[in-house]
Amino acid sequence: MSSGFSLNTSFAALADPTRRAILSRLARGEATVMELAKPFEMTQPAISQHLKVLEEAGLIVQRVDGAKRPRRLATAGIDAMDQWLAMLRKALEKNYDRLDEVLATMEPSIRRKKQ
Amino acid sequence: MTTMTMTMTKTKMTLKTEGDTHIVVTRHFAAPPEAVYRAHTDPKIIQQWLLGPEGWTMPVCINEAWPGGKFRYEWANAKGAGFYITGEYVELQPPSKIVHIERMHLPDPTPDNHVETRFDPDGTGTLMTMRMTLPDAKTRAAMLATGMEHGMEASYVRLEKMI
Repeated sequence: MSSGFSLNTSFAALADPTRRAILSRLARGEATVMELAKPFEMTQPAISQHLKVLEEAGLIVQRVDGAKRPRRLATAGIDAMDQWLAMLRKALEKNYDRLDEVLATMEPSIRRKKQ
Repeated sequence: MTTMTMTMTKTKMTLKTEGDTHIVVTRHFAAPPEAVYRAHTDPKIIQQWLLGPEGWTMPVCINEAWPGGKFRYEWANAKGAGFYITGEYVELQPPSKIVHIERMHLPDPTPDNHVETRFDPDGTGTLMTMRMTLPDAKTRAAMLATGMEHGMEASYVRLEKMI
């Protein structure tokens, strides 16, 4: 992990459904605090608090645009999380395909042993 | 959290949640439980298939397959990247059951994952059921949320950008 952020912090940040929803929204593109607050029926300070947690977890970043501070996904943090989950999902899939082949060569010897 | 099911039609693998803290993976194999069990406990065989994505090898495979025994699997790729898993065996019932605890080091350790793997006869083959238990609902929610809601969506967005 080159992002410098702890995976545990990232996981903790993602445990909240509102924060996951914010990330889903940001996956579609940059958004301001006001735009993010709208669908959640939450006050801007409440949303800002969630954004702060996500920012500290390295999952989002903000930029300055006049008076606005639009947020977007942070590629490094997202990559770190993606990589972790990819281990679980893709690796399992790939592993078991490989295991099929190994088993195909193993099975006769195991049968011989049993006889 | 509602139950989510993801079925890999190609590989017959299923990945779903159960209760608040479990993740259950099932997979059918066209070999008897004895063979599937051995493939999970013999280091020489483990090194042939437990490799993850293309391009990775497992140069170190320490596997003490007895209760209380430890294991350590180290992966590496050609670019010099690497990571490892450490764990301990809790219970082994050849050829039907393995219980162990593991964590991945990236290098930050992920929360402990308690894993029970069963190998049940299924026709002429084996149905493997791997039941993972995470320390709490938060950890599991985070794990799954990453992949299934946000992670996948982020991947789709990336894909859209490439097209």
